[in-house]
Amino acid sequence: MVKTMNKPNVIIVRTAGTNCDYELQTAFEICGANVDRIHINELIENKDKILSYDILAIPGGFSYGDDIASGKILANELKNKLGENIKKFALSKKPIIGICNGFQVLVKMGLLPEPNKFEQTATLSYNDSNKFECRWVYLKTEKTDGNTKCIWAKNLPDIIPLPVAHGEGKFVADDTVLKNIEENNQVVFRYTAYDGRYPKYPLAPNGSFNQIAGICNKDGNIFGLMPHPERYIYKLQHPARQGCDDKYGWGKKIFQNAIDFLK
Amino acid sequence: MTQNVKIIEIINLDDKQLVELSKTNVLSLSLVEMKEVQKYFKNLKRNPTDVELETVAQTWSEHCKHKTLTGNIEYTEIKQGKKNITKYSNLLKETIFKATKELDKPWCISVFKDNAGVIDFDDKNGVAFKVETHNHPSALEPYGGSATGIGGVIRDILGVGLGAKPLANTDVFCFGLPDTKYSDVPEGMHHPKRIAKGVVSGVRDYGNRMGIPTVNGAVFFDEGYMANPLVYCGTMGIIPKDKCFKKVNSGDLVLVVGGRTGRDGIHGATFSSVELDKESDVSAVQIGNPIVEKKVLDTMLKARDLNLYRAVTDCGAGGLSSAVGELGEKTGVVVELEKVPLKYEGLKPWEIWISEAQERMVFAVPPEHKNEILKLFEKENVEATFIGQFTDDKKLVLKYNNEIVADMDMEFLHDGVPKPTRTAVWEEKKSVRQKKIDVDSGVLTQDIKNVLADINVCSRDWIIRQYDHEVQGQTVIKPLQGNSIVNSGPSDASVIWPCAVVKNTDKAIVLSNGINPEYGKTDTYKMTASVIEEAMRNAVCVGADPEKLSLLDNFCWGNPNKPEILGSLVRATQACYDMSKEYSIPFISGKDSLYNEYSIGGKTFSIPPALLVSAMGVIEDVNKTVTMNLKKEGSFIYLVGVTNNELAGSVYAKIKNFAEGFVPDLNKKESKKIMKQIHKAILDNLVLACHDCSEGGFITAVSEMAFAGELGVDIDADLIKISDDTMSLPEILFSESNSRFIVEVSRENSNKFEDLLKDCCYSKIGKVISEPYVLLSSSKSKIKIKENIKNLQEAWQKTLQW
Repeated sequence: MVKTMNKPNVIIVRTAGTNCDYELQTAFEICGANVDRIHINELIENKDKILSYDILAIPGGFSYGDDIASGKILANELKNKLGENIKKFALSKKPIIGICNGFQVLVKMGLLPEPNKFEQTATLSYNDSNKFECRWVYLKTEKTDGNTKCIWAKNLPDIIPLPVAHGEGKFVADDTVLKNIEENNQVVFRYTAYDGRYPKYPLAPNGSFNQIAGICNKDGNIFGLMPHPERYIYKLQHPARQGCDDKYGWGKKIFQNAIDFLK
Repeated sequence: MTQNVKIIEIINLDDKQLVELSKTNVLSLSLVEMKEVQKYFKNLKRNPTDVELETVAQTWSEHCKHKTLTGNIEYTEIKQGKKNITKYSNLLKETIFKATKELDKPWCISVFKDNAGVIDFDDKNGVAFKVETHNHPSALEPYGGSATGIGGVIRDILGVGLGAKPLANTDVFCFGLPDTKYSDVPEGMHHPKRIAKGVVSGVRDYGNRMGIPTVNGAVFFDEGYMANPLVYCGTMGIIPKDKCFKKVNSGDLVLVVGGRTGRDGIHGATFSSVELDKESDVSAVQIGNPIVEKKVLDTMLKARDLNLYRAVTDCGAGGLSSAVGELGEKTGVVVELEKVPLKYEGLKPWEIWISEAQERMVFAVPPEHKNEILKLFEKENVEATFIGQFTDDKKLVLKYNNEIVADMDMEFLHDGVPKPTRTAVWEEKKSVRQKKIDVDSGVLTQDIKNVLADINVCSRDWIIRQYDHEVQGQTVIKPLQGNSIVNSGPSDASVIWPCAVVKNTDKAIVLSNGINPEYGKTDTYKMTASVIEEAMRNAVCVGADPEKLSLLDNFCWGNPNKPEILGSLVRATQACYDMSKEYSIPFISGKDSLYNEYSIGGKTFSIPPALLVSAMGVIEDVNKTVTMNLKKEGSFIYLVGVTNNELAGSVYAKIKNFAEGFVPDLNKKESKKIMKQIHKAILDNLVLACHDCSEGGFITAVSEMAFAGELGVDIDADLIKISDDTMSLPEILFSESNSRFIVEVSRENSNKFEDLLKDCCYSKIGKVISEPYVLLSSSKSKIKIKENIKNLQEAWQKTLQW
C-alpha cells in the first residue's frame, strides 16, 4: 500500500507592521509545506480557521509599530480574540514558532515559557546597547543527553550562526521563572563566542539573562527565538557563505525539523 | 464664496507688489512667473482664489518642475583665457536624457517619465530604482526629515507603473564635521552631530518598520554641510512587466488611500527652493508613520494583482495638488475637497489641497471596481476614500461643499511656466603639484592608521548595524563583509537575491554608489567622471557586468542664479553625458535639489556641489558574486590599473593639510578595458576577493581586505605601476587615482588571470600570508612597514562609535 503524504499546512499570521512573512513562507515551502499568510482580521472573523492548520508561525517585524511595547498589542489581540483556539492549538502539541517580534508576541501572550497558565511571566526588553542591532551571532544549542526537547532544534551541531535584528531582545525573567526554564531544559539557544566560551558584546547582542536567545515550552512544540533562522535558509545568505551543505544554511534545518515531526 | 476661500488680488498689482505677494505667501515664484499668472487671470477677467494661486505655485515649483535644469542656459567656459559659449534650451534633455536616448537600450523599460526608472530583471519582472533628497526638512528637523525622506522614496517605488514591491533602501548623507565647536554653529541651526544622529535614527525607524533592508550608502563629512546637510534616500523594487505602465481614463474615480491629511508639510515643495534661515518654518516638515505606509504597501499590491485600478501615484511634494494634477494632466479632473479625510478639523481648502501629509497614495479606479477595492483596503484597516473623478475637459476643477473653489486649464498649469534664461560661467583653475612629502617608516605607519581613522574613511558599522540590512532575507552581499561574523570590512556594493519573491531565480540585483564632493571643489567635471566610475567600479567588484549597469543622478547644488554655481552644474551634466556615452550605460532616473544655501547675518553659505551617482545592475548568476575580504593564505595580490600622482581632494591631503595637487582624472578607454576584464575574470571564477581603491588610496583598500579576511599581506610597493617615476612612496600609497582594483587570485589561477589582463596595466605586488600583519616594503624608498591587522581594524572602527 502506498500512502500519499499530504503536505503540512502552515499558517503565518500577519498584521499591520509584519515584515518577515515572505521569507518565512519561502523557508517553509522549501521544506515541503503549504503556506498561507493570513491577516489577523480574517482569523478573528472566522475563529476556527486557525485550527485547520498544522503549524502556526508568527513572523518578525514591528506589529502595530511596537507601540506600547514590542509585540504587546498583537499578543493582546491574539489572546483576547482568539485565545481559546490558540491555547487549544498549543496544547495539542502542534508546532508553533515565533521569531523575533513573533517571540515577543509568544512571551507577552503567555504561551512561553509555559502555555498552561497562559499568563505573561517573562519579557523581552531593550538591548543593553540601547540601540537596534543587526548582526550575525553564534548560538550554542543546549542539549541534554545529546539532544534537545525542542522539536524545532533537533540534530543541530553544538554551535550555529544566525543573524539577529532587534532593538528589544533582552530576555528578562525573575529568578523563579528563570530557574524553572533552566531546570526543565527549556533553553534552546544561548548566545556564545565562536568557541563556546562566554560571549561579550557584540556576540552577546542584547544582555539577555543567562544569554538566552531562544526557549521552548516543556513539551517542546512551542519555540520562540530572537535570531532569524528564515534568513539563513541558503548558504549564500551567510556573510562568509558557509552552509550546512553545498546549498543550504542551518536555518533550513529548523523548519525541516517541524515538517519532519509531522510526518 | 464662503469664508473658507479667499480671493487674492493679482490682476491689478504692479511688479513690486507681485514680488511681495510671492514672498509673503511662500509661493517661491519669480517676477516673470508671477506676471504669467497675472496674464492668465487677466484673460479670465477675474482674480484667482487662494486655492488656485497655491496650485500654480506647487505645480511650478523648482521641486516639481526642475525649472533650472530644463530652462534656458547660456554657458561660458573660460579655458586659458579663451571664452567659449554654449547655449542650452533644456540642459537635462541635451545632456543626460540625450545620452539615454542615443544609447536606446532594449532593456530599459521606463526611463525619466515615471516616479522611478525601470529596467529588465528577467522575462517576467522589471526592477525599479529611485533616489530622492530630503535636505531642507532634515536640516530643520533631522529625525522627521529623514524619516519622511525614506517614506517618500518608498512611495515613489509604490507609485511607479502600477506599483513595485520594495526590496532595498539606500541612504547617503553629507553632514558638517561632528567635532564642530558649538559656538561655530550658525544661530537657529542644529549641531552637525545632532543632525547626523537624528537623520540616522529617522532612516532606521522608518526603514526598519517598513521591513525594507537598508543595504547601501555612504556618509561624507565636510564643514560645508553644517547648515545644509544632504540626505539622499533611495529605494529599489521589483515589478511585474505587465504592471509597468499606467493610464487614466476619463470617468475613472479618484481614490485617496492611506494617511489622513493634516496641516503638516504645508509649502514643502515651495520652501525647498528658498534659502534656509533662522526663521524657516518647521511646520513645512512632514510627520511620518511607517506602519500606515506598510499597510498601504501590503494591500495595494493585492489590489494591483487583481487589476482593480488603472493608475497610481504617490502624494509627495505638493501633496494632492501634484499627485491628482499629474494623473489628470491629459484628461481633466474634478475633486471634492471636503471628502478628503482629515486628521483634525479646521483645514482650509487650499491647505487640504497642498498639504504634504505622509503615507498617501492616489489611485485612478474604474467605476466598476469601486466597491471591491474599498472592501480590500477595509479588510486590513486601511482608509480609502473616493474624492473625485477624472473628466475629459482638460480642466482642474476643485469644489468645497459644492462650491467651485478652483477652475483652471491643465495646459496652463503643466506647460504655462515661462522659461527663464540663466547665465553660467566656468573658468579653468590651474593645478600644481604638492610639495614633496618625505616620511620615515614610523610616520608612514601612523599616517596609514590616521587615514583609516579619518571620518570619511572609517567604519560606518555604528550606522549600518542600526539598520536592518537583512530583512526579507535576500541581502547576499551585505554592507559589511568578513571571513567570520566577528570581523568586517566595508563592502563595495550590495547584492540582493530576490529569492523570496522570484522563486528559483539565480539572478540578483547589485546596488552601488559614488559620491565625492571633495573633488568638486576643484572641478565638477572630474568629480562627476570619478563618481560615475566609482559607482561602476563598486558594482564590478562584486560581480556586476560593467556594460549592463544603469545609473541615477542626484544633484545637490547651491543657488543656480549665481553664474559660477550654475557653471559647475553645467560641467557636471556634460560629464554625465560623456561618461554615459563612453561606457554605454544609461541614466534611468534622477533628481536635483538646488538652492542649498543658508543666510545668516547677511552672509550666504552655499554647499560644496555634491553629485550622488547610484548604480543598479542585474547579475545573471548570484553564485558568482565576490566579496572583498582576503580568502586564502598563499594567494597572490594584484593591483590592476595605474597609480598617478593624484592627491588633490584626497584624504591624505586633508590629514597632511595641503591644498595643492591634482584631482584624479580618468582614462576612459583604459578604465573600460580594465572593468571588462575584471568582470570576465570573476565570471571565470578566477577572483577570490576584489576591492576598489578610492578614498584613502591603495594602502587603505588593501588594509581593509586584510582585516576583514583576518589574514595578512606581504606587499612590495616598488612593483606598483606608476605613471611618474618621481612619485614618493606616500604619493603612491595614498593617491586616489581612478580605475584601480585590488584582486586576490589563487596561485593555480594566476596564469589564467594574467592572460586575461594582458592588455591592461597591472602588476602582481604581493601575496596573502597567515601572519596577521600588513607587511609593506620599498627598497627604493628604504621603507619597511609591519603593522598588526588588529591595530589597523581598531583604527578603522573607533572613530564613529556614538
